Amino acid sequence: MKFSDATQVLILLAIALALADRASGHGFAGARFLPATLSTDDPFVNDELSLPTVSTIETAEGRETAIAVDIAKRITPNLGIELGEEFIDLNPKHEHEASGFGNLELSAKYQFFTSAEHEAIFSLGTEVEIGGTGQQRVGADSFSTWIPAFFFGKGLGDLPDTLSLLRPAAVTGLVGVAIPTSASTRNGDGEIERNPNVLQYGFALEYSLIYLQEQVKDVGLSAPFDRLIPLVEFSFETPLNRGQSGQSTGTINPGVIWSSKYVQFGVEAVVPINERTGHSVGVIGQLHFYLDDLFPRSLGRPLFGYR
Amino acid sequence: MQKRLVPFVVAALSVIAAAVRVEAHAFLVRAEPRVGSKVNKVPTEVRVWFSETVQASVSSIRVFNESGKQVDKKDTHSDRANRAVICVSLIPALTPGSYKVVWRVTSADTHVTSGNFHFQIVP
Repeated sequence: MKFSDATQVLILLAIALALADRASGHGFAGARFLPATLSTDDPFVNDELSLPTVSTIETAEGRETAIAVDIAKRITPNLGIELGEEFIDLNPKHEHEASGFGNLELSAKYQFFTSAEHEAIFSLGTEVEIGGTGQQRVGADSFSTWIPAFFFGKGLGDLPDTLSLLRPAAVTGLVGVAIPTSASTRNGDGEIERNPNVLQYGFALEYSLIYLQEQVKDVGLSAPFDRLIPLVEFSFETPLNRGQSGQSTGTINPGVIWSSKYVQFGVEAVVPINERTGHSVGVIGQLHFYLDDLFPRSLGRPLFGYR
Repeated sequence: MQKRLVPFVVAALSVIAAAVRVEAHAFLVRAEPRVGSKVNKVPTEVRVWFSETVQASVSSIRVFNESGKQVDKKDTHSDRANRAVICVSLIPALTPGSYKVVWRVTSADTHVTSGNFHFQIVP
């Protein structure tokens, strides 16, 4: 049985909302509120919904646009799962436009260390991109890829008084390795493609005006500026083997997140670090829902262990 | 592509919007004395405004001097006119110096938030 693209979108959204009916979304480490970042996965486990995340960038092959949805659900206060899917539109320079779904992404994350005093969070997680669940015309792989990763977050709220204006700063990031389950595959033209292990790493530098106003100095900011978090994200990938070692790609993404009671909105420029990554500046935007505040007595709680 | 997706995204957002509650995490909006401020007049209380109604019975404001001694009267209470405001009285005649305010509040939806800030009394 085949479904149309629109039907698949409907089914995925229905699944997402059904899961949301038991899901939450703020990342706290003591006094530190860490927003959900757009380009690099954040370190905290929570109940959250990103709907949608829209990105577009001009690459060597042509323009690539993606519309993604991600939902995360806490199983226990420190263990969560996440489901992600994206709709991709490729507009190659010398070929016909193609659109379709990428592979379904499932992940689990365990937040094993949280220090309120030092505003620190460490987590371990694994993501699997399930091969064959997406459409090959938009580059979805026929094989699965596992991505074990280490996540971290640290606020600078414990700096001494002499450096108090740096206290609103924080860093979050991750280091992981994407391991394909197939070392090589044959593409549509019958050519052999080698699939390397890929080191994935990135971090976000943030300066929270929320933290500045609440914890350091009331500088008189009013709405909407008192809820802004300017940030720069750095997102990189480096193949490790199979003839592609060292051929890094990546982007540097300066932007801003605005956080309100129930949602946050973020927008960033996407600046390629080299020709291999892209030819011009792209953009990414995201609407993100805090399910813990939207549904505090149902979806916004862990399934087990809620205190 | 966009035309096909828009109805579904709008429908999903509408479901979420319909579920919006009037409660959320309580964030500090402002404080008196103001966060990071220097004051000449010795305050008799610390008053903090939050973005949400807070449960005063399970919330606290504590104030410490530079040597770490608690200088509030341990009587955290809410403002009867505004349940998003909680206050704590200070012991009389605080001396010039830096004071640290440590707050921890539980909002109506049971979410806990915390934080701290300093103010200074100058001669």
